[in-house]
Amino acid sequence: MRANSVVGILFSNVHDEKLPELTQKRTMASVPFGGRYRLIDFPLSNMVNSGIYSVGVVTKSNFQSLMDHLGSGKSWDLSRKREGLSLLPPFNDNGRENNSRVDALASIRNFLTSAKEKYVLLSDCDIVCNIDYKKVLDFHIKNKADITAIYSYGQVPKDMNEPTVYSLELDGQVRDLLINPKIEGPANYGLNMYIFDRRVLLQIIDDCASRNLSNFKRDVLQRNMFNYRFFAYQFDGYSKVIGSMRDYYDANMELMQCDVRQQLFNPKRPIYTKVRDDMPAHYGMNSCLNNSMVADGSIIEGEVDDCVLFRGVHVGKGSKLDHCVIMQDVVIGENCNLSHVVIDKDCTIKDGTSINGTDSYPVSISKGSVV
Amino acid sequence: MLPKQEVVAMLLAGGQGSRLGVLTKNLAKPAVPYGGKYRIIDFPLSNCINSGIETVGVLTQYQPLILNEYIGNGQPWDLDRMNAGVTVLPPYQNSKKFDWYKGTANAIYQNIAFVDRYDPDYVVILSGDHIYKMDYSEMVAYHKENNAACTIAEIEVPMEEASRFGILNTNPDGSIYEFDEKPKVPKSNKASMGIYVFTWEKLRKYLIEDEADPNSSNDFGHDILPKMLNAGERMMAFEFNGYWKDVGTIDSLWESNMDLLNPKVEMKLNDKEWRIYSRNPIRPPHFIAEKASVQAALITEGCSIYGTVDSSVIFSNVVIEAGATVSDSIIMPGAIVKSGATVQYAIVGEDAVIGEGAVIGKRPEDVDDLENWGIAVVGEDCIIKPGKVIAPKEMIDAEQNNKEAE
Repeated sequence: MRANSVVGILFSNVHDEKLPELTQKRTMASVPFGGRYRLIDFPLSNMVNSGIYSVGVVTKSNFQSLMDHLGSGKSWDLSRKREGLSLLPPFNDNGRENNSRVDALASIRNFLTSAKEKYVLLSDCDIVCNIDYKKVLDFHIKNKADITAIYSYGQVPKDMNEPTVYSLELDGQVRDLLINPKIEGPANYGLNMYIFDRRVLLQIIDDCASRNLSNFKRDVLQRNMFNYRFFAYQFDGYSKVIGSMRDYYDANMELMQCDVRQQLFNPKRPIYTKVRDDMPAHYGMNSCLNNSMVADGSIIEGEVDDCVLFRGVHVGKGSKLDHCVIMQDVVIGENCNLSHVVIDKDCTIKDGTSINGTDSYPVSISKGSVV
Repeated sequence: MLPKQEVVAMLLAGGQGSRLGVLTKNLAKPAVPYGGKYRIIDFPLSNCINSGIETVGVLTQYQPLILNEYIGNGQPWDLDRMNAGVTVLPPYQNSKKFDWYKGTANAIYQNIAFVDRYDPDYVVILSGDHIYKMDYSEMVAYHKENNAACTIAEIEVPMEEASRFGILNTNPDGSIYEFDEKPKVPKSNKASMGIYVFTWEKLRKYLIEDEADPNSSNDFGHDILPKMLNAGERMMAFEFNGYWKDVGTIDSLWESNMDLLNPKVEMKLNDKEWRIYSRNPIRPPHFIAEKASVQAALITEGCSIYGTVDSSVIFSNVVIEAGATVSDSIIMPGAIVKSGATVQYAIVGEDAVIGEGAVIGKRPEDVDDLENWGIAVVGEDCIIKPGKVIAPKEMIDAEQNNKEAE
């Protein structure tokens, strides 16, 4: 028998409303990030790198771009006969709207019952990190836990949606769990990633359904805190919660830090993404770059400082970019002046345009615009 | 029986490429890195799939490990097809004997059974040592239109260089009346590109005849083509106008990489209608640090640039430390150029390390004796000691160099 004992479940639409500018035409999971990635690449690659080869992606709405990105799962090595990637689009047979993680889990009950794996790993797509789930599973097994939540210690991210804060026994067992508490200073805040015993998860889901309960944090976690063995595992690597446009912008800018890049893009646990077969980035005669990340397929003839340039971006002659996030295939004409701008895919910025945001409030330009 | 394929391509990828020296020590010429993220073989393979040819046999012989691994199941080029796709064809032993591939024609002869399985009408013969983008389907259409037995792609080369090539002398209708292999006094400047379309039925017959001839060197250019012409077969020249470069020598490999940086050269790698596919490194976008300087360069994902890069092609996962200068050079995947080092007019092989303050190569304008100037080459895995100076035209072999370093 092969050793894969975990099935992964990713919620692709959770917290879409937190990034309205970027999720108008896509899911949170397919929001472009870091020059060549989509947010889902991080949890998905983490799972594959931890030996989890059976992954279900729960979708609710706007998931065309997500399906296009994932394809058969080949890029993550998940196009397989025995396991692999399953897209789980809405399937409404319980007469309820699929509005929460609990409803979503109820709607994929069949997928969960027919899975052979002993454990289930649940994760959202709005946290960027490179984590080894094998260590979490070892922790879960060692403690004979039914539920293990993953948390990070630090200042609770300001824009995080309903953060969970844990207080723990010395051995990691959860003593108390607070939702959205008013606290000052650092705390153990949950990263919305959980390992469940599959049978326990099914029991709780059924229980919630019969009692008409649908809030994951309140009804699944808090309500069952002492009914099951509930532990929490501390992840001490780099993690970034994308809870607002500001967070999204900051997360991109933090990639310029060597330590962040080394942690996120650890060559032993690479982050996979859809291949695009672009040529290497081409720098012109008068290009001038500082402190920037540039993906393949870009053509740069202007000046670029502190920017993330995605695949296929064209920066025209005489243009100056400062603190910008420019998504794939954006064409910036000549003599433009952009600072603190987030430009979504396929936009065209005409010659001589000036757009200035500020550090605390970056301007964003929606997909396909001509400015 | 497999479904019939109208066209099958056979790619001759067994050559050693000895003129590339240390660069082909551990890999076959078609696997030599090119253009920042490609290997030479990406060009013919991408041309095949873009031309609608989905059945490709790749004939390997010399140092096949990296090439085989690279081709794999053909997925990067969409050549992992159900009934066709790419097949690697090494020499093999049969019940009677075992032969290496003795020549280009013999390599195809030994794989007649492979071609026959697809029952093709036409066979395209390609080689793995040229950089070009070409629609083979146009050439096959031309071949059909002219009812030819063989069609050879030709390109106009400068008259003064014509004596380095196989020259095709043609009638006004495009049919060939004479081959001149490297003529001293060329009659025309139409050079053969080493790309042939054959009617399979004809080629099959000539291959069998050629094999029976003990005096034959079993080579397309030397034996098969002259024999067909002498027998009165209709042979056509197909004109190609575009970028085409043989990358069989250090100089031409370097030049061809530099061509990618030259806006005047018609070789676009970002043509969405004619993509060149390759196995992509799984690495983040490259990072250009504060105070780095980058001009006129190709840089691939996974690089970290802290120093100066000018007029160079940088492959994936290269690190150029602060204070290092790389100009007019090619740095292959995974190499590290340490701080204070200078690399100019050089090719640095995969995973090589250039120590602090080392100087590799020289600019031609800094050399008195241009006769002895050339591109310096540092082989795969070489570790160049700090402060060491590598002269122009020198070629450093890892085995020797690293032993001396110990």
